[in-house]
Amino acid sequence: MNRLAPYLLLPAVMLAVMPFMSHSSWLALTVAGLAMGMMLFLMASGLTLVFGLMDVLNFAHGGFITLGAYLAVSVLGPLTGWVSSESWALNLLALLAAVLAAAIASGVAGLAFEAILIRRVYGSHLQQILITVGGLIVAGELIVALWGPQPLPLAKPAILRGSFLLFGATIETYRMAAVAVGLVVYAGMHALLNRTRIGLVVRAGVENREMVEALGYRVRRLFVGVFVAGSALAGIGGAMWAEYQELITPSIGGEMTILVFIVVIIGGLGSVSGCFTGAMLVGLAANYVGFLAPKLALGSNIALMVAILLWRPRGLFPVGGK
Amino acid sequence: MPNALLTFEGVHTHIGPYHILHGVDFAVPEGEVTMLLGRNGAGKTTALRSLMGLWKPNQGRITFAGRDISKLPTPEIARLGIAYVPETMGIFAALTVRENLLLATGPAGFQQDRLDTVLALFPVLGQKFAQAAGGLSGGQKQMLAISRAIIEERRLLVVDEPTKGLAPAVILHLIEAFQKLKAARTTILLVEQNFEMARALGDTVAVMEDGRIVHRGDMAALAADTGLQERLLGLSLAAHQ
Repeated sequence: MNRLAPYLLLPAVMLAVMPFMSHSSWLALTVAGLAMGMMLFLMASGLTLVFGLMDVLNFAHGGFITLGAYLAVSVLGPLTGWVSSESWALNLLALLAAVLAAAIASGVAGLAFEAILIRRVYGSHLQQILITVGGLIVAGELIVALWGPQPLPLAKPAILRGSFLLFGATIETYRMAAVAVGLVVYAGMHALLNRTRIGLVVRAGVENREMVEALGYRVRRLFVGVFVAGSALAGIGGAMWAEYQELITPSIGGEMTILVFIVVIIGGLGSVSGCFTGAMLVGLAANYVGFLAPKLALGSNIALMVAILLWRPRGLFPVGGK
Repeated sequence: MPNALLTFEGVHTHIGPYHILHGVDFAVPEGEVTMLLGRNGAGKTTALRSLMGLWKPNQGRITFAGRDISKLPTPEIARLGIAYVPETMGIFAALTVRENLLLATGPAGFQQDRLDTVLALFPVLGQKFAQAAGGLSGGQKQMLAISRAIIEERRLLVVDEPTKGLAPAVILHLIEAFQKLKAARTTILLVEQNFEMARALGDTVAVMEDGRIVHRGDMAALAADTGLQERLLGLSLAAHQ
Protein backbone atom coordinates (compact mmCIF):
# COMPACT_ATOMS: atom_id res chain seq x y z
CA MET A 1 0.00 0.00 0.00
CA ASN A 2 2.87 2.33 0.90
CA ARG A 3 4.34 1.84 -2.59
CA LEU A 4 1.02 2.57 -4.25
CA ALA A 5 0.31 5.69 -2.18
CA PRO A 6 2.19 8.16 -4.43
CA TYR A 7 0.20 6.94 -7.43
CA LEU A 8 -3.08 7.43 -5.55
CA LEU A 9 -2.19 10.91 -4.31
CA LEU A 10 -3.21 12.73 -7.48
CA PRO A 11 -6.75 11.29 -7.77
CA ALA A 12 -7.11 11.58 -3.98
CA VAL A 13 -6.35 15.31 -4.09
CA MET A 14 -8.80 15.82 -6.96
CA LEU A 15 -11.57 13.96 -5.13
CA ALA A 16 -10.83 15.58 -1.78
CA VAL A 17 -11.66 19.09 -2.96
CA MET A 18 -14.87 18.12 -4.78
CA PRO A 19 -17.23 18.69 -1.83
CA PHE A 20 -16.00 22.28 -1.42
CA MET A 21 -17.05 23.60 -4.84
CA SER A 22 -19.59 23.17 -7.59
CA HIS A 23 -19.17 20.45 -10.16
CA SER A 24 -18.46 22.93 -12.97
CA SER A 25 -15.92 24.90 -10.91
CA TRP A 26 -14.15 21.67 -9.98
CA LEU A 27 -13.92 20.58 -13.61
CA ALA A 28 -12.67 23.99 -14.80
CA LEU A 29 -10.09 24.23 -11.99
CA THR A 30 -8.94 20.65 -12.52
CA VAL A 31 -8.33 21.23 -16.23
CA ALA A 32 -6.56 24.53 -15.42
CA GLY A 33 -4.42 22.78 -12.80
CA LEU A 34 -3.53 19.92 -15.10
CA ALA A 35 -2.66 22.37 -17.92
CA MET A 36 -0.39 24.33 -15.59
CA GLY A 37 1.06 21.06 -14.38
CA MET A 38 1.83 19.90 -17.92
CA MET A 39 3.71 23.11 -18.68
CA LEU A 40 5.61 22.78 -15.38
CA PHE A 41 6.44 19.19 -16.28
CA LEU A 42 7.94 20.33 -19.58
CA MET A 43 10.07 22.87 -17.76
CA ALA A 44 11.11 20.55 -14.91
CA SER A 45 11.66 17.15 -16.54
CA GLY A 46 15.11 18.01 -17.91
CA LEU A 47 16.21 19.46 -14.60
CA THR A 48 15.37 16.31 -12.68
CA LEU A 49 17.31 14.12 -15.12
CA VAL A 50 20.30 16.47 -15.06
CA PHE A 51 20.39 16.24 -11.29
CA GLY A 52 19.75 12.52 -11.23
CA LEU A 53 22.42 11.66 -13.79
CA MET A 54 25.28 13.94 -12.77
CA ASP A 55 24.29 15.43 -9.41
CA VAL A 56 24.28 18.87 -11.03
CA LEU A 57 22.16 21.58 -9.42
CA ASN A 58 21.33 23.96 -12.25
CA PHE A 59 19.71 27.16 -11.00
CA ALA A 60 20.16 28.66 -14.47
CA HIS A 61 17.44 26.38 -15.79
CA GLY A 62 15.05 29.35 -15.63
CA GLY A 63 17.22 31.09 -18.24
CA PHE A 64 16.23 28.45 -20.82
CA ILE A 65 12.57 28.98 -19.90
CA THR A 66 12.97 32.72 -20.46
CA LEU A 67 14.81 32.19 -23.73
CA GLY A 68 12.03 29.90 -24.98
CA ALA A 69 9.41 32.48 -24.07
CA TYR A 70 11.21 35.30 -25.88
CA LEU A 71 11.92 33.16 -28.92
CA ALA A 72 8.18 32.48 -29.14
CA VAL A 73 7.56 36.25 -29.17
CA SER A 74 10.19 36.80 -31.85
CA VAL A 75 8.87 34.02 -34.09
CA LEU A 76 5.18 34.75 -33.67
CA GLY A 77 5.65 38.51 -34.16
CA PRO A 78 6.36 38.30 -37.91
CA LEU A 79 3.75 35.53 -38.23
CA THR A 80 0.85 37.65 -37.00
CA GLY A 81 -1.04 36.86 -40.20
CA TRP A 82 -0.80 33.13 -39.54
CA VAL A 83 -1.59 33.55 -35.83
CA SER A 84 -4.80 35.49 -36.45
CA SER A 85 -5.80 33.55 -39.56
CA GLU A 86 -9.04 31.57 -39.64
CA SER A 87 -7.06 28.62 -40.98
CA TRP A 88 -6.27 26.15 -38.19
CA ALA A 89 -3.41 24.80 -40.30
CA LEU A 90 -1.68 28.20 -40.39
CA ASN A 91 -2.38 28.65 -36.66
CA LEU A 92 -0.75 25.36 -35.83
CA LEU A 93 2.16 26.00 -38.18
CA ALA A 94 2.85 29.30 -36.41
CA LEU A 95 2.70 27.61 -33.03
CA LEU A 96 4.91 24.77 -34.21
CA ALA A 97 7.46 27.26 -35.56
CA ALA A 98 7.54 29.11 -32.24
CA VAL A 99 7.91 25.92 -30.21
CA LEU A 100 10.60 24.53 -32.53
CA ALA A 101 12.57 27.79 -32.45
CA ALA A 102 12.31 27.84 -28.65
CA ALA A 103 13.49 24.23 -28.41
CA ILE A 104 16.42 24.68 -30.79
CA ALA A 105 17.62 27.97 -29.29
CA SER A 106 17.34 26.69 -25.73
CA GLY A 107 19.01 23.41 -26.67
CA VAL A 108 21.95 25.21 -28.32
CA ALA A 109 22.20 27.57 -25.32
CA GLY A 110 22.18 24.50 -23.06
CA LEU A 111 24.99 22.90 -25.07
CA ALA A 112 27.14 26.04 -24.74
CA PHE A 113 26.28 26.48 -21.06
CA GLU A 114 27.27 22.88 -20.29
CA ALA A 115 30.54 23.15 -22.21
CA ILE A 116 31.57 26.55 -20.86
CA LEU A 117 30.40 26.45 -17.24
CA ILE A 118 28.80 23.24 -15.96
CA ARG A 119 31.66 20.96 -17.05
CA ARG A 120 34.03 22.83 -14.75
CA VAL A 121 31.99 22.36 -11.58
CA TYR A 122 31.12 18.64 -11.57
CA GLY A 123 31.12 17.25 -8.06
CA SER A 124 30.86 20.56 -6.19
CA HIS A 125 27.34 21.64 -5.28
CA LEU A 126 28.49 24.97 -3.83
CA GLN A 127 30.30 25.92 -7.02
CA GLN A 128 27.33 24.72 -9.08
CA ILE A 129 24.93 26.93 -7.13
CA LEU A 130 27.19 29.97 -7.41
CA ILE A 131 27.98 29.54 -11.08
CA THR A 132 24.45 28.68 -12.20
CA VAL A 133 22.84 31.48 -10.19
CA GLY A 134 25.40 33.77 -11.83
CA GLY A 135 24.48 32.24 -15.20
CA LEU A 136 20.81 32.99 -14.57
CA ILE A 137 21.61 36.63 -13.80
CA VAL A 138 23.76 36.97 -16.93
CA ALA A 139 21.07 35.30 -19.05
CA GLY A 140 18.47 37.71 -17.67
CA GLU A 141 20.65 40.70 -18.55
CA LEU A 142 21.27 39.34 -22.05
CA ILE A 143 17.52 38.95 -22.54
CA VAL A 144 17.02 42.58 -21.47
CA ALA A 145 19.81 43.70 -23.81
CA LEU A 146 18.31 41.83 -26.76
CA TRP A 147 14.57 42.28 -26.22
CA GLY A 148 14.39 45.24 -23.81
CA PRO A 149 13.09 45.45 -20.24
CA GLN A 150 9.47 46.22 -21.09
CA PRO A 151 6.81 43.46 -20.98
CA LEU A 152 6.04 42.05 -24.41
CA PRO A 153 2.57 40.97 -25.51
CA LEU A 154 2.03 37.65 -27.21
CA ALA A 155 -1.15 36.60 -29.02
CA LYS A 156 -2.44 33.04 -28.94
CA PRO A 157 -3.21 31.44 -32.29
CA ALA A 158 -6.87 32.05 -33.16
CA ILE A 159 -7.79 28.39 -32.91
CA LEU A 160 -6.58 28.23 -29.30
CA ARG A 161 -8.33 31.37 -28.09
CA GLY A 162 -11.60 31.39 -26.22
CA SER A 163 -13.28 28.57 -24.41
CA PHE A 164 -15.89 25.85 -24.72
CA LEU A 165 -18.43 24.20 -22.45
CA LEU A 166 -17.70 20.74 -21.09
CA PHE A 167 -20.28 19.17 -18.74
CA GLY A 168 -21.41 22.67 -17.78
CA ALA A 169 -17.89 23.94 -17.08
CA THR A 170 -16.14 26.63 -19.09
CA ILE A 171 -12.82 25.26 -20.30
CA GLU A 172 -10.18 27.41 -21.97
CA THR A 173 -9.17 25.89 -25.30
CA TYR A 174 -5.49 26.65 -24.76
CA ARG A 175 -5.49 24.77 -21.47
CA MET A 176 -6.81 21.64 -23.16
CA ALA A 177 -4.13 22.04 -25.83
CA ALA A 178 -1.47 22.37 -23.12
CA VAL A 179 -2.77 19.18 -21.48
CA ALA A 180 -2.59 17.38 -24.84
CA VAL A 181 0.95 18.60 -25.61
CA GLY A 182 2.12 17.72 -22.09
CA LEU A 183 0.66 14.22 -22.36
CA VAL A 184 2.29 13.67 -25.75
CA VAL A 185 5.69 14.80 -24.42
CA TYR A 186 5.29 12.65 -21.30
CA ALA A 187 4.33 9.64 -23.38
CA GLY A 188 7.31 10.29 -25.66
CA MET A 189 9.70 10.60 -22.73
CA HIS A 190 8.22 7.52 -21.10
CA ALA A 191 8.67 5.52 -24.30
CA LEU A 192 12.22 6.84 -24.78
CA LEU A 193 13.22 6.03 -21.22
CA ASN A 194 11.50 2.64 -21.05
CA ARG A 195 11.74 1.25 -24.56
CA THR A 196 15.16 2.27 -25.84
CA ARG A 197 18.76 1.43 -24.92
CA ILE A 198 19.57 5.11 -24.36
CA GLY A 199 16.62 5.38 -21.98
CA LEU A 200 17.79 2.27 -20.15
CA VAL A 201 21.26 3.74 -19.73
CA VAL A 202 19.83 7.06 -18.53
CA ARG A 203 17.64 5.31 -15.93
CA ALA A 204 20.56 3.21 -14.77
CA GLY A 205 22.86 6.24 -14.73
CA VAL A 206 20.46 8.16 -12.54
CA GLU A 207 20.61 5.29 -10.04
CA ASN A 208 24.35 4.48 -10.12
CA ARG A 209 26.50 6.43 -12.55
CA GLU A 210 29.73 4.73 -11.57
CA MET A 211 28.41 1.25 -12.31
CA VAL A 212 27.11 2.35 -15.69
CA GLU A 213 30.59 3.59 -16.55
CA ALA A 214 32.05 0.28 -15.35
CA LEU A 215 29.74 -1.40 -17.89
CA GLY A 216 31.41 0.57 -20.65
CA TYR A 217 29.04 3.49 -21.19
CA ARG A 218 30.39 7.04 -21.51
CA VAL A 219 28.05 8.78 -19.07
CA ARG A 220 29.62 12.22 -19.56
CA ARG A 221 28.65 12.14 -23.24
CA LEU A 222 25.16 10.96 -22.36
CA PHE A 223 24.86 13.73 -19.81
CA VAL A 224 25.55 16.38 -22.46
CA GLY A 225 22.68 14.94 -24.50
CA VAL A 226 20.36 14.94 -21.51
CA PHE A 227 21.38 18.49 -20.61
CA VAL A 228 20.67 19.71 -24.14
CA ALA A 229 17.33 17.85 -24.27
CA GLY A 230 16.39 19.20 -20.82
CA SER A 231 17.23 22.75 -21.92
CA ALA A 232 15.19 22.31 -25.10
CA LEU A 233 12.21 21.03 -23.10
CA ALA A 234 12.54 24.03 -20.76
CA GLY A 235 12.46 26.24 -23.85
CA ILE A 236 9.28 24.53 -25.08
CA GLY A 237 7.73 24.93 -21.63
CA GLY A 238 8.73 28.59 -21.61
CA ALA A 239 7.18 29.16 -25.05
CA MET A 240 3.94 27.48 -23.99
CA TRP A 241 3.84 29.34 -20.68
CA ALA A 242 4.40 32.63 -22.56
CA GLU A 243 1.49 31.82 -24.89
CA TYR A 244 -0.62 31.04 -21.85
CA GLN A 245 0.30 34.28 -20.04
CA GLU A 246 0.08 36.40 -23.23
CA LEU A 247 2.50 38.89 -21.67
CA ILE A 248 6.10 38.15 -20.85
CA THR A 249 8.80 39.85 -18.82
CA PRO A 250 12.51 39.05 -18.41
CA SER A 251 11.75 37.56 -15.00
CA ILE A 252 9.40 34.87 -16.37
CA GLY A 253 12.03 32.11 -16.06
CA GLY A 254 13.24 33.18 -12.64
CA GLU A 255 9.67 33.16 -11.34
CA MET A 256 9.07 29.68 -12.69
CA THR A 257 12.37 28.37 -11.32
CA ILE A 258 10.96 28.24 -7.78
CA LEU A 259 7.98 26.18 -8.91
CA VAL A 260 10.19 23.98 -11.05
CA PHE A 261 12.45 23.16 -8.09
CA ILE A 262 9.41 22.44 -5.92
CA VAL A 263 8.19 20.02 -8.60
CA VAL A 264 11.56 18.26 -8.82
CA ILE A 265 11.88 17.96 -5.03
CA ILE A 266 8.31 16.73 -4.54
CA GLY A 267 8.72 14.12 -7.25
CA GLY A 268 12.04 12.76 -6.01
CA LEU A 269 15.34 13.93 -7.53
CA GLY A 270 15.99 12.13 -10.80
CA SER A 271 12.52 10.62 -11.25
CA VAL A 272 10.59 11.51 -14.42
CA SER A 273 7.38 9.89 -13.15
CA GLY A 274 7.84 11.76 -9.89
CA CYS A 275 8.40 14.97 -11.80
CA PHE A 276 5.16 14.40 -13.71
CA THR A 277 3.15 13.70 -10.55
CA GLY A 278 4.80 16.61 -8.72
CA ALA A 279 4.01 19.01 -11.57
CA MET A 280 0.36 17.95 -11.61
CA LEU A 281 0.12 18.34 -7.82
CA VAL A 282 1.67 21.82 -7.91
CA GLY A 283 -0.63 22.88 -10.77
CA LEU A 284 -3.74 21.54 -9.05
CA ALA A 285 -2.80 22.96 -5.64
CA ALA A 286 -2.22 26.42 -7.12
CA ASN A 287 -5.65 26.40 -8.78
CA TYR A 288 -7.67 24.76 -6.00
CA VAL A 289 -6.16 26.91 -3.22
CA GLY A 290 -6.41 30.01 -5.39
CA PHE A 291 -10.16 29.38 -5.64
CA LEU A 292 -10.90 28.17 -2.11
CA ALA A 293 -8.55 30.40 -0.09
CA PRO A 294 -6.98 33.06 -2.34
CA LYS A 295 -4.95 34.57 0.50
CA LEU A 296 -3.15 31.26 0.97
CA ALA A 297 -2.43 30.74 -2.73
CA LEU A 298 1.06 32.22 -2.56
CA GLY A 299 2.28 29.74 0.01
CA SER A 300 0.29 26.73 -1.12
CA ASN A 301 3.09 25.12 -3.11
CA ILE A 302 5.65 25.55 -0.35
CA ALA A 303 3.13 24.03 2.09
CA LEU A 304 2.55 21.17 -0.33
CA MET A 305 6.29 20.51 -0.58
CA VAL A 306 6.73 20.60 3.20
CA ALA A 307 3.80 18.21 3.70
CA ILE A 308 5.12 15.75 1.14
CA LEU A 309 8.66 15.86 2.49
CA LEU A 310 7.36 15.24 6.01
CA TRP A 311 5.55 12.18 4.65
CA ARG A 312 8.27 10.99 2.25
CA PRO A 313 11.57 12.81 2.93
CA ARG A 314 13.12 11.76 -0.42
CA GLY A 315 10.07 12.75 -2.47
CA LEU A 316 7.23 10.71 -3.95
CA PHE A 317 9.36 8.49 -6.20
CA PRO A 318 12.88 8.37 -4.77
CA VAL A 319 15.61 7.13 -7.10
CA GLY A 320 18.64 5.18 -5.84
CA GLY A 321 20.30 6.86 -2.90
CA LYS A 322 19.17 10.36 -3.89
CA MET B 1 54.93 -13.91 -16.06
CA PRO B 2 54.71 -14.92 -19.74
CA ASN B 3 50.99 -15.74 -19.85
CA ALA B 4 49.85 -12.77 -17.74
CA LEU B 5 46.68 -11.11 -18.99
CA LEU B 6 46.76 -8.42 -16.30
CA THR B 7 49.71 -7.00 -14.40
CA PHE B 8 50.10 -4.47 -11.61
CA GLU B 9 53.58 -2.93 -11.52
CA GLY B 10 54.46 -0.65 -8.60
CA VAL B 11 50.94 0.76 -8.36
CA HIS B 12 50.41 3.55 -5.82
CA THR B 13 46.91 4.94 -5.25
CA HIS B 14 45.87 7.83 -3.02
CA ILE B 15 42.30 8.51 -1.97
CA GLY B 16 42.21 12.14 -0.95
CA PRO B 17 44.98 12.58 1.61
CA TYR B 18 45.32 8.83 2.25
CA HIS B 19 48.02 6.74 0.60
CA ILE B 20 46.29 3.36 0.21
CA LEU B 21 48.33 1.31 -2.28
CA HIS B 22 52.10 1.32 -1.76
CA GLY B 23 53.58 -0.16 -4.92
CA VAL B 24 51.34 -3.14 -5.63
CA ASP B 25 52.89 -5.81 -7.92
CA PHE B 26 51.10 -8.93 -9.06
CA ALA B 27 49.93 -10.66 -12.23
CA VAL B 28 46.80 -12.50 -13.31
CA PRO B 29 47.58 -15.40 -15.67
CA GLU B 30 45.21 -15.92 -18.60
CA GLY B 31 42.70 -18.73 -18.20
CA GLU B 32 43.27 -19.06 -14.46
CA VAL B 33 41.58 -17.93 -11.26
CA THR B 34 43.70 -15.54 -9.21
CA MET B 35 42.67 -14.93 -5.62
CA LEU B 36 43.48 -11.59 -4.02
CA LEU B 37 43.37 -12.13 -0.30
CA GLY B 38 44.05 -10.03 2.76
CA ARG B 39 42.55 -8.70 5.94
CA ASN B 40 39.99 -5.90 5.98
CA GLY B 41 41.58 -2.62 5.00
CA ALA B 42 44.54 -4.27 3.26
CA GLY B 43 43.75 -2.44 0.00
CA LYS B 44 42.09 -5.20 -2.06
CA THR B 45 39.06 -3.16 -3.09
CA THR B 46 41.28 -0.17 -3.84
CA ALA B 47 43.38 -2.37 -6.13
CA LEU B 48 40.27 -3.44 -8.07
CA ARG B 49 38.91 0.10 -8.27
CA SER B 50 42.31 1.31 -9.47
CA LEU B 51 42.23 -1.40 -12.14
CA MET B 52 38.81 -0.18 -13.32
CA GLY B 53 39.90 3.48 -13.33
CA LEU B 54 37.38 4.36 -10.64
CA TRP B 55 40.29 5.62 -8.52
CA LYS B 56 43.24 6.65 -10.64
CA PRO B 57 46.65 5.27 -9.70
CA ASN B 58 49.11 8.05 -8.91
CA GLN B 59 52.15 6.00 -9.85
CA GLY B 60 52.97 2.66 -11.48
CA ARG B 61 51.43 0.76 -14.37
CA ILE B 62 48.46 -1.51 -14.82
CA THR B 63 48.66 -3.40 -18.09
CA PHE B 64 45.95 -5.48 -19.69
CA ALA B 65 46.82 -7.69 -22.64
CA GLY B 66 50.07 -5.76 -22.95
CA ARG B 67 48.43 -2.33 -23.00
CA ASP B 68 48.90 0.28 -20.27
CA ILE B 69 45.40 1.06 -18.98
CA SER B 70 46.35 3.08 -15.89
CA LYS B 71 45.33 6.40 -17.43
CA LEU B 72 42.26 5.23 -19.37
CA PRO B 73 38.77 6.32 -18.34
CA THR B 74 36.55 3.63 -16.81
CA PRO B 75 34.30 3.05 -19.86
CA GLU B 76 37.34 2.48 -22.09
CA ILE B 77 38.76 -0.05 -19.62
CA ALA B 78 35.45 -1.91 -19.51
CA ARG B 79 35.29 -1.94 -23.31
CA LEU B 80 38.59 -3.80 -23.46
CA GLY B 81 36.67 -6.81 -22.14
CA ILE B 82 36.90 -6.43 -18.38
CA ALA B 83 33.74 -7.16 -16.40
CA TYR B 84 33.60 -5.81 -12.85
CA VAL B 85 31.40 -6.92 -9.98
CA PRO B 86 31.90 -4.45 -7.12
CA GLU B 87 31.61 -5.28 -3.45
CA THR B 88 28.27 -3.44 -3.40
CA MET B 89 27.16 -5.52 -6.41
CA GLY B 90 26.09 -2.40 -8.34
CA ILE B 91 22.61 -3.70 -9.03
CA PHE B 92 20.15 -1.17 -10.45
CA ALA B 93 17.27 -1.66 -8.05
CA ALA B 94 14.66 0.20 -10.10
CA LEU B 95 15.41 -1.82 -13.24
CA THR B 96 14.14 -5.33 -13.85
CA VAL B 97 16.41 -8.37 -13.81
CA ARG B 98 16.15 -8.43 -17.60
CA GLU B 99 17.11 -4.76 -17.91
CA ASN B 100 20.08 -5.22 -15.57
CA LEU B 101 21.36 -7.98 -17.82
CA LEU B 102 20.51 -6.15 -21.03
CA LEU B 103 22.66 -3.19 -19.96
CA ALA B 104 25.74 -5.40 -20.13
CA THR B 105 25.05 -6.74 -23.62
CA GLY B 106 26.26 -5.31 -26.91
CA PRO B 107 24.12 -3.21 -29.28
CA ALA B 108 22.44 -6.35 -30.67
CA GLY B 109 21.05 -7.25 -27.24
CA PHE B 110 20.94 -10.76 -25.80
CA GLN B 111 22.71 -13.65 -27.50
CA GLN B 112 20.34 -16.50 -26.80
CA ASP B 113 23.06 -19.05 -26.07
CA ARG B 114 24.77 -16.77 -23.52
CA LEU B 115 21.43 -15.96 -21.90
CA ASP B 116 20.58 -19.67 -21.71
CA THR B 117 23.98 -20.38 -20.13
CA VAL B 118 23.51 -17.66 -17.51
CA LEU B 119 19.98 -18.73 -16.66
CA ALA B 120 21.11 -22.33 -16.40
CA LEU B 121 23.78 -21.20 -13.95
CA PHE B 122 21.27 -19.23 -11.86
CA PRO B 123 17.74 -20.52 -12.68
CA VAL B 124 16.12 -18.27 -10.07
CA LEU B 125 16.92 -15.25 -12.25
CA GLY B 126 14.80 -16.71 -15.04
CA GLN B 127 11.86 -16.95 -12.67
CA LYS B 128 12.30 -13.30 -11.67
CA PHE B 129 13.27 -12.02 -15.11
CA ALA B 130 10.59 -9.31 -15.29
CA GLN B 131 10.75 -8.29 -11.62
CA ALA B 132 12.50 -5.23 -10.24
CA ALA B 133 15.99 -6.17 -9.07
CA GLY B 134 15.47 -4.20 -5.87
CA GLY B 135 13.11 -6.93 -4.70
CA LEU B 136 15.70 -9.72 -4.94
CA SER B 137 17.36 -11.25 -1.88
CA GLY B 138 21.04 -10.53 -1.19
CA GLY B 139 22.12 -13.83 -2.72
CA GLN B 140 19.95 -13.33 -5.79
CA LYS B 141 21.40 -9.84 -6.27
CA GLN B 142 24.90 -11.32 -6.19
CA MET B 143 23.84 -13.93 -8.76
CA LEU B 144 22.47 -11.13 -10.93
CA ALA B 145 25.69 -9.12 -10.57
CA ILE B 146 27.78 -12.12 -11.63
CA SER B 147 25.35 -12.95 -14.46
CA ARG B 148 25.63 -9.40 -15.72
CA ALA B 149 29.40 -9.76 -15.80
CA ILE B 150 29.26 -12.92 -17.91
CA ILE B 151 26.23 -12.24 -20.14
CA GLU B 152 28.72 -11.22 -22.85
CA GLU B 153 32.04 -12.87 -23.48
CA ARG B 154 34.73 -10.97 -21.54
CA ARG B 155 38.48 -11.49 -21.31
CA LEU B 156 38.65 -10.87 -17.58
CA LEU B 157 36.12 -11.17 -14.78
CA VAL B 158 36.89 -9.04 -11.70
CA VAL B 159 34.81 -9.84 -8.64
CA ASP B 160 35.01 -8.17 -5.23
CA GLU B 161 33.93 -10.29 -2.24
CA PRO B 162 30.97 -12.09 -3.80
CA THR B 163 30.16 -14.11 -0.66
CA LYS B 164 30.07 -11.20 1.76
CA GLY B 165 27.02 -11.40 3.99
CA LEU B 166 25.49 -14.37 2.17
CA ALA B 167 24.01 -17.54 3.66
CA PRO B 168 26.17 -20.72 3.48
CA ALA B 169 23.79 -22.40 0.99
CA VAL B 170 24.06 -19.42 -1.36
CA ILE B 171 27.85 -19.42 -1.01
CA LEU B 172 27.95 -23.09 -2.06
CA HIS B 173 25.82 -22.21 -5.08
CA LEU B 174 28.20 -19.40 -6.00
CA ILE B 175 31.23 -21.68 -5.61
CA GLU B 176 29.61 -24.16 -8.01
CA ALA B 177 28.93 -21.35 -10.47
CA PHE B 178 32.52 -20.10 -10.32
CA GLN B 179 33.80 -23.65 -10.73
CA LYS B 180 31.83 -23.91 -13.97
CA LEU B 181 33.32 -20.61 -15.15
CA LYS B 182 36.77 -21.86 -14.18
CA ALA B 183 36.20 -25.07 -16.12
CA ALA B 184 35.43 -22.91 -19.15
CA ARG B 185 38.91 -21.31 -18.74
CA THR B 186 37.50 -17.90 -17.80
CA THR B 187 40.20 -15.59 -16.44
CA ILE B 188 39.04 -14.41 -13.02
CA LEU B 189 40.48 -12.04 -10.44
CA LEU B 190 38.60 -12.69 -7.24
CA VAL B 191 38.83 -10.79 -3.97
CA GLU B 192 37.54 -12.96 -1.19
CA GLN B 193 37.57 -13.24 2.61
CA ASN B 194 36.06 -16.73 2.59
CA PHE B 195 39.12 -18.95 2.56
CA GLU B 196 37.09 -22.07 1.75
CA MET B 197 35.98 -20.42 -1.48
CA ALA B 198 39.50 -19.24 -2.22
CA ARG B 199 40.84 -22.77 -1.74
CA ALA B 200 38.11 -24.27 -3.92
CA LEU B 201 38.62 -21.87 -6.81
CA GLY B 202 42.06 -20.33 -6.79
CA ASP B 203 44.92 -21.35 -9.07
CA THR B 204 47.23 -18.56 -7.97
CA VAL B 205 47.05 -16.20 -5.03
CA ALA B 206 48.30 -12.79 -4.02
CA VAL B 207 48.00 -11.65 -0.42
CA MET B 208 47.84 -7.98 0.52
CA GLU B 209 48.72 -6.23 3.72
CA ASP B 210 48.80 -2.49 4.36
CA GLY B 211 48.56 -1.69 0.66
CA ARG B 212 51.35 -4.04 -0.43
CA ILE B 213 51.56 -7.55 -1.84
CA VAL B 214 53.21 -9.66 0.86
CA HIS B 215 52.84 -13.06 -0.75
CA ARG B 216 52.43 -14.47 -4.28
CA GLY B 217 52.25 -18.07 -5.33
CA ASP B 218 50.09 -21.13 -5.94
CA MET B 219 46.81 -21.29 -4.08
CA ALA B 220 47.34 -24.96 -3.37
CA ALA B 221 50.61 -24.20 -1.58
CA LEU B 222 48.98 -21.59 0.63
CA ALA B 223 46.04 -23.89 1.34
CA ALA B 224 48.47 -26.59 2.46
CA ASP B 225 50.49 -24.33 4.75
CA THR B 226 48.45 -23.43 7.82
CA GLY B 227 51.36 -21.57 9.37
CA LEU B 228 51.59 -19.29 6.36
CA GLN B 229 47.83 -18.77 6.42
CA GLU B 230 47.96 -17.76 10.05
CA ARG B 231 50.87 -15.41 9.46
CA LEU B 232 49.38 -13.78 6.35
CA LEU B 233 45.68 -13.88 7.02
CA GLY B 234 45.32 -14.53 10.70
CA LEU B 235 43.42 -17.75 10.13
CA SER B 236 43.93 -21.43 9.73
CA LEU B 237 42.15 -23.54 7.17
CA ALA B 238 41.08 -26.01 9.83
CA ALA B 239 39.04 -23.33 11.54
CA HIS B 240 37.09 -22.84 8.34
CA GLN B 241 36.39 -26.46 7.54
